[in-house]
Amino acid sequence: MSQAVPTGPLRRDLALISSLIRPGSRVLDLGCGDGGLLRHLMSRRGCAGSGVEIDPDAVLSAIRAGVPVIELDIDQDLVLFADQSYDAVVLSRTLQAVHRPREVLLEMARIAPRVIVSMPNFAYWRNRLRLLAGNAPVSKDLPHSWYDSPNVHFGSLDDLERLFDELGLTVIRCLPLTASGRRSPWPDRTRNWVAGAALYELTAVAGG
Amino acid sequence: MPGPRTTAAGLGLVEAQQVTLFTSQQPLALARGGRLDSVQVRYETYGRLSPQRDNAVFICHALTGDAHAAGQQAGADKPGWWDNLIGPGRPLDTDRFFVVCPNILGGCQGTTGPGSLNPATGRVFGLDFPILDMADFVSVHRRLCQQLGLSRLLAVIGGSLGGMQVLEWALSHPSDLANACVIAASSRLSAQNIAFSAVAREAIMRDPGFHQGQYSQYGDSPDQGLSIARMMAHITYLSEEALALKFDREPERDGLNHGFGVDFAVESYLHHQGEVFLDRFDALSYLYLSRVMDYFDPFSRPQATAAIAAARPNLLVCSFTSDWRFGPEHSRRVVGHLERAGLPVTYRELDSKYGHDSFLLPIPRYHDTLRAFLDRALEVGQ
Repeated sequence: MSQAVPTGPLRRDLALISSLIRPGSRVLDLGCGDGGLLRHLMSRRGCAGSGVEIDPDAVLSAIRAGVPVIELDIDQDLVLFADQSYDAVVLSRTLQAVHRPREVLLEMARIAPRVIVSMPNFAYWRNRLRLLAGNAPVSKDLPHSWYDSPNVHFGSLDDLERLFDELGLTVIRCLPLTASGRRSPWPDRTRNWVAGAALYELTAVAGG
Repeated sequence: MPGPRTTAAGLGLVEAQQVTLFTSQQPLALARGGRLDSVQVRYETYGRLSPQRDNAVFICHALTGDAHAAGQQAGADKPGWWDNLIGPGRPLDTDRFFVVCPNILGGCQGTTGPGSLNPATGRVFGLDFPILDMADFVSVHRRLCQQLGLSRLLAVIGGSLGGMQVLEWALSHPSDLANACVIAASSRLSAQNIAFSAVAREAIMRDPGFHQGQYSQYGDSPDQGLSIARMMAHITYLSEEALALKFDREPERDGLNHGFGVDFAVESYLHHQGEVFLDRFDALSYLYLSRVMDYFDPFSRPQATAAIAAARPNLLVCSFTSDWRFGPEHSRRVVGHLERAGLPVTYRELDSKYGHDSFLLPIPRYHDTLRAFLDRALEVGQ
């Protein structure tokens, strides 16, 4: 049976990521799903690249769409990729679900000079309210019940930025996002309260 | 084992063809020196070549395969060895693709090999046949394509030794092909792989019927050695779990007899495998073809990926989780080399409990993968 080729507009968060990537770049998308972001970057922005995905059905969709995809575990197998072999490496809404986020971030910085990461904010005010009311947060950015969530780490944006700092990753840009994935209209310094998630562009290279 | 998943009927009757590709006027120069003054090749084709000649898919077979990949030969009770993959409506859909499958050089199923007559001496080559290299298989494949008017292939596909030929072809002549599928293969046999091959070859060469490779002159053949080689190799083609599922410790007859005869069902199965192999395979071909695999190490060459990095064909590499002959670590090494060369490479590590032979089975996720890759290939064109 032929897989349908996924079509339609790029998801809002992926469009934002795409805007951070220079045309013509070589991009590695970790947790690339059906390859939507890469397909967009390849067809519209003259990029080349590969994805890494562990979900077998998503891998199949990516293959049908012509996106090179490597079926591997982000937690263990990034060693396959050579040092600084890509221009940018992307990890979208997945860091909270990997087992060793620290090591994954270091591997990303090894593979490319630009690291683009987004993560839901566990300290978003609605999540704080849910916790105060005595329940685990469930929101647009954290859509799973506590018992079937793929997420294994529950950090805030503040926590994440401390980790970047500790790992020597410099934030070039931070885009706090609303719960619906738009650029947050609130002042950036309030992000740990008001942003449902945030997108970061980072570099480990001195001077960016 | 997964049953057939095909709805459409297969190809029906197919016929092999025979062609002379090299002659004393145009001999085949071999990669490791020496030459062959006469090379005959047997091949089969399925489907129809498009008027633009842009839908050709080339199949490279494994160690003991042959040109009969699909369909039914007159009088045969079994279809070709990759019939579950090739045919109308199957992943390699012969309504859309033109499929070519030859028997490889050094083989014994219609293509020139060490069991053929040496035109220089008038007797069987035997051990006078030159040592072959993976590149020689590719030279002959390329000449066959030329003969068939195929200047560029939409895809080349192969499993195990077949996958190694695909890899060699893609690295050495990447502009011949738009897509390449390397399945359950290796770019570098491990010491354990070579050890198993060595024992198989020893079993053949130490058989009193071997006669230094000139057994046909004596009306003899190293049957014991060849069947033992096959029995042992067969164990490496299946996983421990596959053997357990198929036989467990079932007795061959009513109960166990506690002697040295064939007592367990698995023993009887191996004997059968060894026996039927004698009818279709030649000991000399086993020596020559298995040895090519031992020496294959293409990424050790200087500038190994320079040509392929310029031509950038699309690559698909697949491995199977329970394969302990050329398991995922072998495929990951291939992927690593291709990835680091900046190539568009797709890799799948497919769940299967059937071991190395999984590449011959209609495992749904595996066939879906080939179908998706080939459909995409056809859509984009060459």
